[in-house]
Amino acid sequence: MSIIETKNLTYTYPGGTKPSIEDVSIKIKKGEFILITGPSGCGKTTLCRCFNGLIPHFYQGELKGDVTVVGLKVAEQPIYELAKHVGLVFQNPENQLFALSVEKDVAFGLENLGVQREEMLKRVNWALKLAGIYDIRERTPHELSGGQQQRVAIASVLAMQPEVIILDEPTSFLDPLGAKKIFEVIYDLNRKLGITVILVEHRLDLTARYANHIIIMDNGKSVLDGEPRKILSSEEALLIGVGIPKPTRLYQMLQKDKVNLDNIIPLSSDEMATVLREALKSQ
Amino acid sequence: MSVFEGLKFRRVYSPIHDLDPRIKFIYVCAIFTVAIIFLELIPLMILFLIQIPFVVLAGVKREWLRSMRGAAFLATIIFLTNFIFSYISAGPENTAATVEYACALTLRFIVLVESFSVFFLTTSPDRLGLALEQTHIPYEFCFAFTTAVRFVPVLAEEAQTIMDAQKARGLELERGNFLKRIRNYIPILIPLIVSAIRRSLELAEAMESRAWGATKNRTNLYALKMHRGDFYLVGITAGILTVAIYVRLSFGIPSLNDLLGWLF
Amino acid sequence: MIEARDLYFTYPNGVEALKGVSLKIKNGEFVAIMGENGAGKTTLIKHFNGLLKPTGGSVFIDETETTKVTVATLARKVGFVFQNADKQLFSETVEEEIAFALKNFGFKENIIRRRVTWALNLLDLTQYRKTSPFMLSGGERKRVALASVLAWKPRVLILDEPTIGQDHQQKEKLLQFILQMKTQRKTIIIVTHDVEFVAECHPRVILMSQGRIIADGEARKILTNPEILIQASIVPPQITQIFLQLSNLKLPREVIDTYEAREKLLNLLEKKAE
Repeated sequence: MSIIETKNLTYTYPGGTKPSIEDVSIKIKKGEFILITGPSGCGKTTLCRCFNGLIPHFYQGELKGDVTVVGLKVAEQPIYELAKHVGLVFQNPENQLFALSVEKDVAFGLENLGVQREEMLKRVNWALKLAGIYDIRERTPHELSGGQQQRVAIASVLAMQPEVIILDEPTSFLDPLGAKKIFEVIYDLNRKLGITVILVEHRLDLTARYANHIIIMDNGKSVLDGEPRKILSSEEALLIGVGIPKPTRLYQMLQKDKVNLDNIIPLSSDEMATVLREALKSQ
Repeated sequence: MSVFEGLKFRRVYSPIHDLDPRIKFIYVCAIFTVAIIFLELIPLMILFLIQIPFVVLAGVKREWLRSMRGAAFLATIIFLTNFIFSYISAGPENTAATVEYACALTLRFIVLVESFSVFFLTTSPDRLGLALEQTHIPYEFCFAFTTAVRFVPVLAEEAQTIMDAQKARGLELERGNFLKRIRNYIPILIPLIVSAIRRSLELAEAMESRAWGATKNRTNLYALKMHRGDFYLVGITAGILTVAIYVRLSFGIPSLNDLLGWLF
Repeated sequence: MIEARDLYFTYPNGVEALKGVSLKIKNGEFVAIMGENGAGKTTLIKHFNGLLKPTGGSVFIDETETTKVTVATLARKVGFVFQNADKQLFSETVEEEIAFALKNFGFKENIIRRRVTWALNLLDLTQYRKTSPFMLSGGERKRVALASVLAWKPRVLILDEPTIGQDHQQKEKLLQFILQMKTQRKTIIIVTHDVEFVAECHPRVILMSQGRIIADGEARKILTNPEILIQASIVPPQITQIFLQLSNLKLPREVIDTYEAREKLLNLLEKKAE
């Protein structure tokens, strides 16, 4: 059963001359960790906006085809209804925090929904702990590092207990360590709570290992869709110019050089090290 | 950069900061009223002194002195104009009374500034925002207020970065005549405005994604509750008002000149 | 040449960003300054064009102390491309944007025209000459910002976090561009925490942590030294991580890029096969 499904989805922004996404048909299963990638301007962000109703309700424009999220037709539901099921974390952490304290920000969505205070406190604290920011709950946003701000943003969608969390390049403004923390937090959400995670990222070397489904977009179309190891080692992925993780790239190069390697395509340094250890031993 | 520093707010804890902003506001209004009903120097002096314990308790002496210094210029003008005008009308024989009258008017102004600065120096914007929300002011307005406070330091930093970037491209802000200098700011203002617009769009998107407008009955994570301190302040405020009104209605207040005359 | 002598800098709010930094960057060098957020990287480079003046010690650009001249004078020699350079654009057309700095520096009209054409061409922007910068994509705007600095041909080029938010292809282009600048003997300084990018371009690496320089040397030496990298909250490049894990198999340690790794491994595997 798919938690998100699009059928021949085509969308053009108001005043746009050509569609930003074109004829996209994808299925996302409950509990998956999906990586969406592709060159800048390929329509990744636009696709995410379709999942929580920002398109068509906020952006208007012309939407063709179908999007269904947790059984709801996106075009027929107001954004706040979808927000209960789909949380969206944006690229710039600074522009998604409004309040003057961390916990107030995390509560923002629940306040909007009119959740009672006791219940709200419980959920806010739960979300703060999951994102690892409970200790800084009384700070103001500008006292936080970018990584902390982004974890506040994650906690604030988490508090609404959505089934799906979408993160649109959440770490592009962060340093590698801050980024790693974010990925670990969302990986935990996926593994431990079974939340479906949709991660939009350029940096596959940091993220490919977490995903069990990858979609590569190019020019508004979904061009590759499937199992990460298969997709990332394909010639097509290389041609589109997504950043193949370097261990994977090295594996491919050695295979072309006719080196006899294990059949499991590595996505991380650890996996590649194992492959090489085997290869060196067997010789 | 120092200008921008003042715009960042830091949460401070003190008995005065913890008071309910609504009560503090009522207190300020009461002081205001009392300052208006008296034009004699002595009660105004008392009024001025009453507030000093608040400043000390709140630990904002330095900030308070700074705002007092800021008011000094205007106070001087008020003193001089009043002195000159009443001197002209009252004549040289009443100089002492004239000085006292001008002093009283000036002090009244200072008391007003003082009470407002105590309020704003000891009320963090988030508590003020909360107070606004809980006095049933439309939520949109309260939200606009806190968001503005939230983003002022961000915009200030951004302005600084843009300024640096344009300086690195050879822009010299101080160069040229008056008109040219104003024009020098265009390369800073346009990117700043563009970015503010982009920012507000992103903010709107993020708000929508977090169920903005889902229900009219919005709830609130925090509740303002009256604590013991708040009741004390209510008592103090009522006391000041009662005494002030009683004194105003029942006594003629001696001027400082008369008082000094009796004593010596 | 850029020289910092025992440089200290404290911000007006009391934050000590630099605590005794001394370094020399020679003409034509390619340097990557790395370190975690808040290590003082950006504060340091802002001293190179005089945007910040030392609160202790001194900075010299070609033997001129930065406190003695204006930012505009230093900027003629030291071009500085900011992290969000695409956000500083304000002109009606790309062409005017590029001419902005040239006008500020008082170039003659005919030279301005020539330089603008040259810069447009260099960064593949000629088709956008009359376009508003606001109509361009993020990547294109970044190129306009870069062109607007290159147009006055500064001898030193400083790029602050040039790879942030860039996709793979944009990074590749940037890499090519830097290598091209390097062959033209320009001094290039990049500030970044993108180890993978640095591993591909082999610069001299200056590692900073908490306002001090903690390591300075070839990328190959520094990026393969996990003990020192961890002090700057940096993880070694992925290729290096593979080799570090296999170090007990007598594999070389100091490998940072993919092509190098391939060669080393082929050698080793062939040797074993013999």
